[in-house]
Amino acid sequence: MPRWTMVQAINAGLRAALTEDEDVLVMGEDVGVLGGVFRVTDSLQHEFGAERVIDTPLGESGIVGCAIGLAYHGFRPVCEIQFDGFVFPAFNQITSQLARFRRRTDGAVAMPVVVRIPYGGGIGAVEHHGESPEAYFTGTAGLRVVTPSDPQDAYFLTQQAIRCEDPVVVFEPKRRYWEKAEVDVDATPAPMDRCVVRRAGTDATLITYGPMVRVCEEAAAAAEEEGTSLEVLDLRSLAPLDVSGILASVRRTRRAVVVHEAPTTLGPGAEVAARLSEALYYEMEAPVLRVGGFDTPFPPARAEQQYLPDVDRILDAVDRSVAA
Amino acid sequence: MIPEYSPKWKCAATLVPMTVAPPVSLSSPGPSLDPDEVGVQLIAPDGRRTPNPTYDPFLADLDPAGLRGLYRDMLLIRRLDQESEALQRQGQLALWPSLLGQEAAQIGAGRALRSGDFAFPTYREHGLAHTRGVDWVHMLRFWRGTHTGAWNPREHNINTYSVVIPTQALHATGYAMGIQRRHRDDVALACFGDGATSQGDLSEAFVWAAVFDAPVVFLCQNNQWAISEPSRRQTKIPLYQRAAGYGFPGIRVDGNDVLAVRAVCMQALERARSGQGPTLVEAYTYRMGAHTTSDDPTRYRSPADARRWAPRDPVERYRRWLRTEGLWDDDAEADTQQAINAEAARVRAGCLALPEPQPAQLFDHVYAELPPPLREQRDGYLAYLETLRPEEF
Repeated sequence: MPRWTMVQAINAGLRAALTEDEDVLVMGEDVGVLGGVFRVTDSLQHEFGAERVIDTPLGESGIVGCAIGLAYHGFRPVCEIQFDGFVFPAFNQITSQLARFRRRTDGAVAMPVVVRIPYGGGIGAVEHHGESPEAYFTGTAGLRVVTPSDPQDAYFLTQQAIRCEDPVVVFEPKRRYWEKAEVDVDATPAPMDRCVVRRAGTDATLITYGPMVRVCEEAAAAAEEEGTSLEVLDLRSLAPLDVSGILASVRRTRRAVVVHEAPTTLGPGAEVAARLSEALYYEMEAPVLRVGGFDTPFPPARAEQQYLPDVDRILDAVDRSVAA
Repeated sequence: MIPEYSPKWKCAATLVPMTVAPPVSLSSPGPSLDPDEVGVQLIAPDGRRTPNPTYDPFLADLDPAGLRGLYRDMLLIRRLDQESEALQRQGQLALWPSLLGQEAAQIGAGRALRSGDFAFPTYREHGLAHTRGVDWVHMLRFWRGTHTGAWNPREHNINTYSVVIPTQALHATGYAMGIQRRHRDDVALACFGDGATSQGDLSEAFVWAAVFDAPVVFLCQNNQWAISEPSRRQTKIPLYQRAAGYGFPGIRVDGNDVLAVRAVCMQALERARSGQGPTLVEAYTYRMGAHTTSDDPTRYRSPADARRWAPRDPVERYRRWLRTEGLWDDDAEADTQQAINAEAARVRAGCLALPEPQPAQLFDHVYAELPPPLREQRDGYLAYLETLRPEEF
């Protein structure tokens, strides 16, 4: 079984997709000769040619807009947006166009386009390189939004997203890019739109995704030493949410803390909390609590540890939940 | 070392600059016009035909029936445009953006396309959609509000209306990149107006199309007005000249001369078809009506402006020429009027008979398969509606 970083796992996933289906294309800034600024597309242009792994001009709207035209022609483009903060020039194409073609054409024109976006903080980067803008996209009907948390999941989610007949925005937790893990390429992955229990527990559920899954696992390990059993639920899919999976976990633990890097107010955790409130209000022992990024601009690198949820902030919330 | 980007389809030919044809003097009835404004013109406003060795060959395939067909097309879309505006005034459509004045630009371009080519229109290209075989009633589904789209693009090789302009210029460019990768000789046509030229997406489309030699023709219908803003608020130079900065030819054509538009578009399409990349065609025309039925041009446009353009009417001009050539007479006019009135009546009836959208349809075609939370939302709403049904006695 190979031990891969997430970068290597996504690279392998892209390679598998490019091999499996000649209509799959990879396009973006620096994805070809350079292999991407994170090397996610390393050597793919060499292997599949410049017609399929396309170094595009520098313009995110152009990347997504042209991907729409290519998909119109039957291709399955995988677009790379270099960093989270650079997606906004493409926001119009993604939300007003990509998401709507199927609806506009009564299903005649599908948009099997993938938009890959490295996201999140924790790497000490400069402005526009550490953000978590996923809520802008989860609010758009027609888009699917997924995010892997480890190499194994990244390997399969990449391929599932490419095979999907809907447009999929894949948020890749860049601070996990270089962490290695064994990848069982022969495993049967969970469906793309399902959450997964990463660690079973009984006292409360930490509901999280992407870069925070590992932090929550660390928090759960620390809590265990103090006698609290935490379940860690990895959402994987932010749109659509696997509501039944979320309810199933919290129905068992009856307490929930939602954790993400994205700004807390109206972030994905707000929807999770609302769903829990609607469905399990009388079964829960405590209000749903949220631990998220603050409602401020993402801070400069030397302050990002103040902003990003960590084990202590998560356990503080767990304490308040359990005490309730 | 950076390998040269050399796709198989790349044409070795160097870029041949296209130039605007020499200005044609206008001895038209009405006020004289700046000849530099006109661009390529084959039929003057008074109906006089000027031979043109560069562009006449692009019309050689038109026999008398074909030439009459262009006129019938223009007459028909003007009539259906009028009928649609009336339907809006009577409360039957939510909105209608009139194409009045742009008949020659749309018919000329549409009748230059091959069936395998693919057009990406804005929201005003009803005439272009007509040339692709789209039923006018289907167009009205969008404007009546019974449908999010209007027609099936796959059936007609024309995308549905684009409202957020000019996103469609990038779609056309990407589609053209797809044509290259399928090794076909089709062309994508990207339509937009003078207002859209200020948008960044158009600049990106120009860059993409240029560097990839994409087989796309950019058709700008410069109708002089972006709602209330004159084209001078969008540009300091003639729009066709912008192409030079991106590395491909631009050309201005008299957008009210259906033969000139068809010939110039054919030339640009052939250029794209043969692997020589994009061309910007600026069809210089005039929005004779309001921006849409919600607009009031009297607030920003002087009557003199309309008077200046009235003698350049695209339909009148072409009729004059057809009559001079002996290709058209009063009988043909009467027959055609009868036919288009019948079509207008059919369109009106078809519009009023469009089925109202049903509640469950709100949830259709959002995703390939309805995700569970959305299914739950739909089922919940339908169950709620059931509770509103009057009790049966």
